[in-house]
Amino acid sequence: MIYLLLFWEFCKVGAFCVGGGYASMPLIQASVVDTFHWLSMSEFVDIFTISQMTPGPIGINAATFVGTKIAGLGGAVAATLGFVTPSFFLGILLARVFLKYGDIGPIRGILNGLRPAVVALICVASLSFILLALWNTETWPDDWSAFSLGGLVILFLAIAATRRKIGVIKVLIGSGVLGLLLGIAGLI
Amino acid sequence: MNDIVTPKRDAHFFWTLFKSTFLISAFTVGGGFVIIPLLKGKYVDEYHWISDKDTLDMVAIAQSMPGVIAVNSAVILGYRMAGVLGTLVALVATVLPCLITLSIISYCYDFFIQNLYIKMILRGMQCGATALIVNVGIDLLIKQGKKKLLLPLAIIVATFIANLCFDVNIMALIVIDGIIGFAFMRDKKYD
Repeated sequence: MIYLLLFWEFCKVGAFCVGGGYASMPLIQASVVDTFHWLSMSEFVDIFTISQMTPGPIGINAATFVGTKIAGLGGAVAATLGFVTPSFFLGILLARVFLKYGDIGPIRGILNGLRPAVVALICVASLSFILLALWNTETWPDDWSAFSLGGLVILFLAIAATRRKIGVIKVLIGSGVLGLLLGIAGLI
Repeated sequence: MNDIVTPKRDAHFFWTLFKSTFLISAFTVGGGFVIIPLLKGKYVDEYHWISDKDTLDMVAIAQSMPGVIAVNSAVILGYRMAGVLGTLVALVATVLPCLITLSIISYCYDFFIQNLYIKMILRGMQCGATALIVNVGIDLLIKQGKKKLLLPLAIIVATFIANLCFDVNIMALIVIDGIIGFAFMRDKKYD
């Protein structure tokens, strides 16, 4: 029963991928490519690319896409459901614990220590996003002067718009339209 | 601080929750951290369902458990706002856009991956997403800076450097900072 198998395989991926969407890729590869030979490695790399390009969380995109490739729409549903099942139960459990005991000293201490950590991680992510937006690379660029002018324009306008309390979805749609216009003009 | 309006858990609330989460998931380009400014923009700034602090707490929990951050955040924030039903609504709303987009895309895969205009639009949206996350980073830094407390600022700087320059694993950092908090930051002034 392919659906059950997909569900179970992705359940395991969901339970063991620690560190977000990217961390799920090697796990999915191990199961889908190496163990079950459902997909070839080059198909898998394509899936990774598509998952990154398409809107939506990368891990879920990958689960959906792999499921579709292997067993159509039913496969997509099975893989995705399997993927989120561990998050569902664990999330409710943790949220319960922290909501109930969040005011007690030790737990409050933990949360107080985690909050600055999240701020720092958001800053790191911001930095790599800036590199991607302006220099189209996720590491330090070789040539700092070769930045994308269109990227800078969109980034600047989008920050200004967000500062003026324009809704996030509107900002993203506007950025997409600008990307298209600047792209046609050859600036991006 | 924003005034928090505890949402009435009626059909209208769940519909709004579904609609906004669906849109957020559909527009998360680049995955992971992009979801944070989007969730904050909707739940905190627009609807005032939860506070800034709540969001950070919940994201910290979402970060430190296995699974995709976007899904974990949706599950936990959904629970925070409206219990198990909230979790279910937020979860379905997070997953559904992916199912729809990916099903369509897998049927016109070649067109999608080669089309120049689609690439341009996605590139633009990537820059927009950058603006959103940078903005949240600035806001949070200013907020922490205003408190003028040494320990949280030290954690921010140390975590930032450890992750960026020394590539220390996020999970390890979260555990370490949690332990520091557990040991030294129980006082109310750190809230």
